[in-house]
Amino acid sequence: MPLPFEQPIEDLAAKIRDMRAYASEQQIDLTEEIDALQARLDRLKRDTYDNLTRWQRVQVARAPGRPTGLDYLQHAFEGFTELHGDRTLGDDPAVVTGLATLEGASVVVIAQQKGRDTKENIHRNFGMSHPSGYRKAMRMFDLADKFRLPVVTLIDTPGAYPGLAAEEQGQAWVIAESIRRMSELTVPAVSVVIGEGGSGGALAIGVANRVLILENAIYSVISPESCAAILWRDAGEAERAAEALKLTSRDLVALGVVDRVIDEPLGGAHNDRDTAIALVKEALVEELAQLTHMSGERLRRARYERFRALGRFEAVA
Amino acid sequence: MALERWFRRNKPTRKEEDNSPAGLWLKCDGCHAQIYRKDLVANRYVCPECDHHYRMPVDARIDLLADAGTFERWSGHIQAQDPLEFEDTQPYTERIEKAQKKHGRPDAIVTGAAELDGHAVALVVMDFAFLGGSMGSVVGEEIARAAERAAEEGRSLVAVTASGGARMQEGALSLMQMAKTTVALGALAERRLPYVSVLTDPTTGGVTASFATLGDVIFAEPGALISFAGPRVIQQTIRQDLPEGFQRAEFLLQKGMVDDVVKRSALKGRVAQVLKLLTAGLPEPTLEAPRAATV
Repeated sequence: MPLPFEQPIEDLAAKIRDMRAYASEQQIDLTEEIDALQARLDRLKRDTYDNLTRWQRVQVARAPGRPTGLDYLQHAFEGFTELHGDRTLGDDPAVVTGLATLEGASVVVIAQQKGRDTKENIHRNFGMSHPSGYRKAMRMFDLADKFRLPVVTLIDTPGAYPGLAAEEQGQAWVIAESIRRMSELTVPAVSVVIGEGGSGGALAIGVANRVLILENAIYSVISPESCAAILWRDAGEAERAAEALKLTSRDLVALGVVDRVIDEPLGGAHNDRDTAIALVKEALVEELAQLTHMSGERLRRARYERFRALGRFEAVA
Repeated sequence: MALERWFRRNKPTRKEEDNSPAGLWLKCDGCHAQIYRKDLVANRYVCPECDHHYRMPVDARIDLLADAGTFERWSGHIQAQDPLEFEDTQPYTERIEKAQKKHGRPDAIVTGAAELDGHAVALVVMDFAFLGGSMGSVVGEEIARAAERAAEEGRSLVAVTASGGARMQEGALSLMQMAKTTVALGALAERRLPYVSVLTDPTTGGVTASFATLGDVIFAEPGALISFAGPRVIQQTIRQDLPEGFQRAEFLLQKGMVDDVVKRSALKGRVAQVLKLLTAGLPEPTLEAPRAATV
């Protein structure tokens, strides 16, 4: 299913497919016509994707078929071994954690996991973690520190789950603890926002030395829908809210919230998963290489300074 | 008492402005008694009839906690910018200007040095009246500076929170204040300086999910709403009624999330006691000759 703004692209692609089929059926040479259409398609794709509105990027960030945390863990890393459970309350399927190697180097991985279909989405609670998920992540931080393993986190959540049990079990408390715990890591930490960076639920595993974001991913203090519901008392104003919140990768680089944008293949990660995964892998390898020589104290200090510096204010006149 | 209350109810009919700061009388939200506003203020914004804890203005809170004449303000030298050029029903810059005029401070927070029963502390007090106590770059920065300065000067930190959460109008930069305030608390921890947080009504969202709940000791005021997600959001998610008292201070005490629910009348004493005990630890161990082995 193409996204609404992708329909013209899909239509043109279908036309090319038809023409190819017709050409081979009738055994006629339509190469020239097909090449022309193909060139038009490439232009159309580029025009569309270069000029996405913020709201359209929100749709791409959430697109079905976009690679999820597990897709990266299984294909960008080698030998991913999942480690389950928080040792206290249970095992939250919305967060997947474990060990893996990246180009041969051992790492601890933590990924927020949305479903790849409806059934899995329900199982994963649409990527919305309970306190147990953050406790599991913190367990991994301990493991990483103890064995001096770099940490990679993959962020993709609408937000921490706003439910009854989650509140009772201290959702706010574990997010705060996780922010603190991650900020104190004495090993390199790199985070990648691969889809949706939903507020505190995302930040809880996003206090890294380097914070990367995929070109069409978003990272925001609140979802456009909730923001619209509060400010305009109408969730239908989400498009306006998305514009106002400046939540795209380029916006976030300008604000200093993220350090680097990982380009997506033309047409978005959901249309070329393998390339997207390869690009993320490449970026991770590069970033970790920059950090591995640093001492634990320096890494911690660098993280302190990175987050301490964020914000915009001016002297009172 | 009952008779007196009956008479009070027949005092002049309550008008709209009675609940405004200038009103003489107000009807208590807790017990519906008509209370004389001056009595309420004199009683630290606690209903003299039923002990209902009202939200307390920042200056009154400082008076409550700081020893007389010891408070020395640190905050107030920075103000918000508008990095997103945010505009909803009105531009963010206008919103800020109006709030500044109305409340006479640059943003939703006051910090400073004080003595609290003789203990050297840094006080952080959030102002819910100022744009819902929302945390943007300025609030985050003032908290971080207060924590760092407290660490430098060897002060304990006492934070009184009241906030609707992160300030949407500053987008992801507001979100980042959660991390900023949290890392700054590390400066205190390194020097083994206590941090006591006092959660007051309401403390929600990004403030609850960062520095507010990282106190070495966490107290909450009676009846205070303390949550990550607001009750309405949860209701929309689960589509059923929330249990009585859900997300209130007493409920969180039961769930093991706060150290105690403390009445305002006892607050200063309880904070002072904790500070005294936490700062009376054993001296740092020094290198010493191994004890002679007992054979």
